[in-house]
Amino acid sequence: MSATFQLDGEDIPFTPGQTIMQAAKAAGVYIPHLCWHPDFPAHGSCKLCTVKLIDAHGGRFGSSCTMEAQAGMSIENRTAELDDKRRTLLQMFFVEGNHFCPSCEKSGNCVLQATAYELKMMSPHFDMFYPDRPVDASHPDVLLDFNRCIMCSLCVTASRDVDRKNVFAMGGRGILGRKIHINSESGRLADTDFAVTDRAANICPVGVILTKRKGFAVPIGERRYDKAPISEQVKEPTA
Amino acid sequence: MLHCESSNQIKQELNIMSDHDIIDQVLARHGHDGSRLMQILRETQEQLSWLAPATLTHIADGIGWPRAQVSGTAAFYSFFHTRQRGKYCVLWSDNITDRMLGNAELMDAMCKKLWLEPGRVSEDGLVSVNTTSCTGMCDQGPALLVNYRAIPRMTQARLGEMVGLIREQKPVAEWPAEWFEVEDNIRRKDILLGHGLKKGQALKAALERGPQAMLEEIKAGKLRGRGGAGFGTGLKWEACRNASGHGPNPAHYVVCNADEGEPGTFKDRVLLTSYADLVFEGMSIAAYVVGARKGLLYLRGEYRYLLEPLESALAARRSAGLLGANILGQGFDFDIEIHLGAGAYVCGEESALIESLEGKPGRPRIRPPFPVTRGYLDQPTTVNNVETLAASCLIAAHGGAWYAGHGTEKSAGSKILSVSGDCERPGIYEYAYGTTVRQVLEDCGATDTQAVQISGPSGICVGADEFGRRIAFEDLPTAGAFMVFDETRDMFEVARNFAHFFAHESCGFCTPCRVGTTLVRNTMDKISRGHGSPYDINELFKLHRVMQGASHCGLGNSACNPVFDTLNKFRPAYERRLKSLDYEPAFDLDAELSQARQMTGRDDAAAHLQTKETT
Repeated sequence: MSATFQLDGEDIPFTPGQTIMQAAKAAGVYIPHLCWHPDFPAHGSCKLCTVKLIDAHGGRFGSSCTMEAQAGMSIENRTAELDDKRRTLLQMFFVEGNHFCPSCEKSGNCVLQATAYELKMMSPHFDMFYPDRPVDASHPDVLLDFNRCIMCSLCVTASRDVDRKNVFAMGGRGILGRKIHINSESGRLADTDFAVTDRAANICPVGVILTKRKGFAVPIGERRYDKAPISEQVKEPTA
Repeated sequence: MLHCESSNQIKQELNIMSDHDIIDQVLARHGHDGSRLMQILRETQEQLSWLAPATLTHIADGIGWPRAQVSGTAAFYSFFHTRQRGKYCVLWSDNITDRMLGNAELMDAMCKKLWLEPGRVSEDGLVSVNTTSCTGMCDQGPALLVNYRAIPRMTQARLGEMVGLIREQKPVAEWPAEWFEVEDNIRRKDILLGHGLKKGQALKAALERGPQAMLEEIKAGKLRGRGGAGFGTGLKWEACRNASGHGPNPAHYVVCNADEGEPGTFKDRVLLTSYADLVFEGMSIAAYVVGARKGLLYLRGEYRYLLEPLESALAARRSAGLLGANILGQGFDFDIEIHLGAGAYVCGEESALIESLEGKPGRPRIRPPFPVTRGYLDQPTTVNNVETLAASCLIAAHGGAWYAGHGTEKSAGSKILSVSGDCERPGIYEYAYGTTVRQVLEDCGATDTQAVQISGPSGICVGADEFGRRIAFEDLPTAGAFMVFDETRDMFEVARNFAHFFAHESCGFCTPCRVGTTLVRNTMDKISRGHGSPYDINELFKLHRVMQGASHCGLGNSACNPVFDTLNKFRPAYERRLKSLDYEPAFDLDAELSQARQMTGRDDAAAHLQTKETT
């Protein structure tokens, strides 16, 4: 019999070295997340997967994507307190970028949108920042719309570790500076060796990296998260 | 690009070094090693004034890194310029203590004299004027950096002269030497500042003990980290010593954290100015204990002026046989290298500092693993504060029991405080742990004190009813900042200054800190403009709760501390700004016309809406 920990009172089995997130995924239990992807090492930036480890002092918060599972741990996940924090974090994403779901090609397939529905986020709550983030349409096959970037770095990791191209890097600092840097002196995607077949071209959880001439091939209403909430698709393969 | 190549051609014909030659020299000096990117970028910029796109491409090619990573690093640090900068780059230190000494008025006057808007380079490319985070001159402000050279004690008279020198285009190196004089202002010495040790004495004592016995003395001395967190130094060194190196080039490293960025702190500057040998000796002792052959001192970019004196001190130690091969004839090899930072507070966090040492943006790592097992270049690394390392010399020389005899039960030894703000004698004060806030206030000549910010913005704000509390890990832990505010000061403005600081310094990696620090700043600005309501106070508490639990590192976790403390202890400072409404919109109809006013150059009464009630 394998060791277990408790997640919202349910016993979750795990193998040594697994994180809370990995074990929960294997058990089909949904922990909200944006930057985590089963194929890659944890990035730990979005903080949506924050859970509470109950201890003698009450409890402490931690990212479930980086917290290693230990036998006998007691973890809170979908409590009102945590989902409230997550809703605030989601609102932070919605106001720091420019997210217009009705006109976005990714609507219905977007992890940010699906997570916001899951957590019943009804409004952005805070004042919008309306940042100026230019679109890069230079590449013949791929459009980059940074207005929707959530800084998850999945494209950086995929291009580096799978495609072996290093087309992207995360650079700059803070709310104004932090952004994806493109690997060319011009800063244009067309001046890199990026290809539409790259893993990095097909990993964006939101609508930044879009394949040209494929827009709305599947009508809105028939897309992945239109059919079932994200919390019910834990066992489905991730893009 | 074309422009750059043609200017390179012209330079070739005139037999002047081209930009590429200059970069190649820098690259060669650093062995084309990408992990030295920070130093490569800084040295290149010091010669070429800024880091042009072609420059970054050439550097990326030279170190064999993807260009995007090089530009990503360059864009992270405030002191690297990826856009053309003025021939004179003036940065006013904008800590609250500089504010209290009138930096805003001086900067405003400077901009007016130079016909400049803050943050923009003048049309002729001559000069830019802007603010920067605390430069560590709080006891002698208002301070500024000109082309990254520190100038304290600015006055209106000096300002006029400085503007003249800029207009004449006189090189900064030819400016009056007394302007650049930084004072130590040591007001009170205890066991560390009055150490009385001879150069090499502590190191010799350590080598005679042997590494294991030396480690035991550190533990017996109960030495704890002076950067604020107070982790046991003996435990840290032991964990590093016990960890084995990895890969083809296993090694252990000692890193001295001299990225003294916490606003209000400047004791490391004084230690590095007048006690450098003690610091280097402490690094050597640490190296001896953990088994390191190489040490790195990470010096904040604001202290660039200390680089040459520190290099000379290192050279002197080498010739004295205290550094290099076979130190003191005992077969111990160790040397120290100095790395400069480039304006990023977050690099004071030890894993962000290590990232920076490796040429990357200063983003705190996911921990575990901790640096003691996987640190610099993935090798076991002990990162210690300047003061901690200096204090280890006392333990080497006098033993752990002697050291533990000073201070309190849980806080052995002494602490150096950087005292600034409303007092007669700002400067450096060293006390045995356990001293009360009231004692420090008496000694520095502070009267009518309203509050003291202990350990900087990320620390704690104490009011008059708490002045009996003690400087010690078990009561008021501190990295050393001690900013005094008298009754005339507005504690809301203090907190607002700190909110701006954190929004500027957030690395941007995790969501709660990246966005939260900006939301806090915006809310504080809204209240400051008279548009706040009780609703906004609740919002601040809510943001504090989210950021404190969910942030990736200490910066985000403590970014709301000053707001939280002042809200709890100085609530009237907030409330007198609030409108007595439940909700107040953030926008102001009149403010919406500001762009139109700017475009038409008007600011008369008729260009404003009558929206403000006359009182």
